[in-house]
Amino acid sequence: MVDVLNALTVLGNFLIIPGLTYGSQLALGALGVTLVYGVLRFSNFAHGETMAFGAMITILVTWGLQAAGISIQPLPTALLAIPVGIAVTVLLTLLIDRFVYRYHRERKANPVIFLIVSIGVMFFMGGLIRFMIGPGDQIFFDGTRFILKAREFKQMTGLDEGLSLRMTQAVTIITAVIIVAAMFWFLNHTRTGKSMRAYSDNENLALLSGINPDRVVMITWILVAALATIAGTLYGLDKSFKPFVYMQLLLPIFASAIVGGVGNPVGAIAGGYVIAFSELILTFAYKKIILYLGPETLELDSLVQILGTDYKIAVSFIILVIVLIIKPTGLFSGKTI
Amino acid sequence: MHALYSQYRNQILFGLMAGLLILVAVIQSPSVALTILNLCLISAIMSLGVNIQWGYAGLFNVGVMGFAALGGLAGVLVSMPPVSEAWQAGGFGILLGLLITVGTVVACLMAWSSIKHLTRYRYWIIAGIIVVGYTLLRLFFDPGVDAIEAIDPSVTGYLGGLGLPIVVAWPVGALFAAGVAFVIGKIALGLRSDYLAIATLGISEIIIFFIKNEEWLTRGVKNVNGLPRPVPYEIDLQQAQWFQEWALALGLPVDDASAMFVKICYALLFIAVIGVLLWFSETALKSPWGRMMRAIRDNETAAAAMGKDVTWQHLRVFILGSAVIGLAGAMLTTLDGQFTPVGYNPLRFTFLIWVMVIIGGSGNNWGAVLGGFFIWFFWIEAEPIGLWLIETLTAGMDPQSAIRAHLLEGAAHMRLMTVGLILLLTLRYAPEGLIPEKKRL
Repeated sequence: MVDVLNALTVLGNFLIIPGLTYGSQLALGALGVTLVYGVLRFSNFAHGETMAFGAMITILVTWGLQAAGISIQPLPTALLAIPVGIAVTVLLTLLIDRFVYRYHRERKANPVIFLIVSIGVMFFMGGLIRFMIGPGDQIFFDGTRFILKAREFKQMTGLDEGLSLRMTQAVTIITAVIIVAAMFWFLNHTRTGKSMRAYSDNENLALLSGINPDRVVMITWILVAALATIAGTLYGLDKSFKPFVYMQLLLPIFASAIVGGVGNPVGAIAGGYVIAFSELILTFAYKKIILYLGPETLELDSLVQILGTDYKIAVSFIILVIVLIIKPTGLFSGKTI
Repeated sequence: MHALYSQYRNQILFGLMAGLLILVAVIQSPSVALTILNLCLISAIMSLGVNIQWGYAGLFNVGVMGFAALGGLAGVLVSMPPVSEAWQAGGFGILLGLLITVGTVVACLMAWSSIKHLTRYRYWIIAGIIVVGYTLLRLFFDPGVDAIEAIDPSVTGYLGGLGLPIVVAWPVGALFAAGVAFVIGKIALGLRSDYLAIATLGISEIIIFFIKNEEWLTRGVKNVNGLPRPVPYEIDLQQAQWFQEWALALGLPVDDASAMFVKICYALLFIAVIGVLLWFSETALKSPWGRMMRAIRDNETAAAAMGKDVTWQHLRVFILGSAVIGLAGAMLTTLDGQFTPVGYNPLRFTFLIWVMVIIGGSGNNWGAVLGGFFIWFFWIEAEPIGLWLIETLTAGMDPQSAIRAHLLEGAAHMRLMTVGLILLLTLRYAPEGLIPEKKRL
């Protein structure tokens, strides 16, 4: 019995908690991609950079707050800075929409043209970010590091294995739950949210019933910028902030959105967790689990991994490609919000 | 004036480009100008490849990086000397592993076509075959890989290549890319345009992951250095009697002269390749085949109704374009003299090439070449220009000021912003690019 508990603790510590954290970050990112796709009908390649931009503004404000001696111990100061980050990112995305996307929207350009335009925006924002904060690593986490330490857990339960919960992991998961709940409430229960869904579902019908398209587009960009800033900041808090990493994050995020069904918010969230857990499950070393659960005399030489840890990120690309080939509409096949 | 410009547009634009390179030769140094020229030529070939896919057929391939890396891999596998100890130690395991892989794929394909009626279980059966094949593979493959990677890891630790002249790697690189493009095209070309983009982006990342991690084949992140050259080495030139006299006659130091001579040799080789490619591309574009491709691009349904096999033509043009990119990738590794898998990132190897095609003029081969030249030139020169600009603008400020230091530090990243801006402005004000596609009435 103790062996089973030990095995479960190992799973919880190295698979379930990290999976939930990474999954929440991906889900928030994928929600942004899905909103752009649902309302504006293109794949936004600049989303990774939007996340990095939001996180960068939050970091700059965090540094300011830290210098002024303001903090919200034991929580990280960055949480206090997020609203400013959101505001600035919203401003930037609205400006970009006004001066870049709107022209092509009015001409009813092909989705591929929008995609290329978003690559241009990606270059521009990438340059802006590196110009402002540099290409290096920035660590901006402060506050209490652990909520539950592995040693304390061992003392509490008397098990051989420890379970630890870092502050950033708890903050990420809780924030994601709150944001997602708020998002669904907004989409399903407010007039503006309903008008967004209507516009996404059938543009012409929505226009006929008097929905103002400019307003829908504006609200979408505001939501996307807010989601991107939160996702970017949470990811930066949990790992570290490095502009290049956010570009690499773009593919897992696309993978999450597509696995769930592009344009479908429920799918985006499910997809985020599917991708995160597949990455971990396929690269997890099952040696300890098997030793705990197997017969006492069992001896193992290898780590019992399905794929090497090096291939962790590649897993999401592979899933992405497989889903695109077998079921391009995704698990929750949806095209509308 | 405008009529004159449109009549001689190509000459004017290429003349301008040549002028810019000469300007660099005068202001910086001829050697820098030649380095830029060589990379401009390779970029031009890559954008020719993308133009074949996008400009001729409207295929949105964002996997350029993967094909370029495959070309680079060909450079290693063809030109490096074989490591016989490694072959003895692990060759058997590797070959067996390859056989198992081929067997698994064949079994999957056969199972797929023979159990069509069992729609529900089809995926599970395929997954079962893959699991069995993968387990077998790991069983025989891993010991071989370990044995190979254990042999002198700081120098070799991989199988090596065939020891052939590196120029052979160019067509081989094209073949590698074409082979992979065939598989990708078979499975992904049916997708909608933006899904195809994301799929190819994902596949190119998988290729890079493979190259980085399969050290028995590529040495991975340890890089392969010292690839043989198709042109003479500087050190041999410096010792050659005829070259010393020649340099003396030109009034150049022997060191500089030899470095420039090598670069000029490369440039001539590359120009020859680009000439042949351009001739082929232009001929193809004018031929009935080119006309058919345009018809398919502009209206797939109408072309299909006329009896054209759209899927097959798409696959063909996808393979052709990818082969050209693979060729350019092999040439790049040759020029660098080393294979560095870490160096492949999508910004530089995929998106930048796309910017070249869009700005040069999609659908026009000369436009793609010009775009390759212009964008590569600015990619390299944006840094010195940005630095100079900021130094001039902030000249009045206190030299110790933190703002000035920050701005100078950031100047290096101006190029990302500039390229982004150029792309956005082109898409808005000149969506046809610098040299638009010929209007055919």
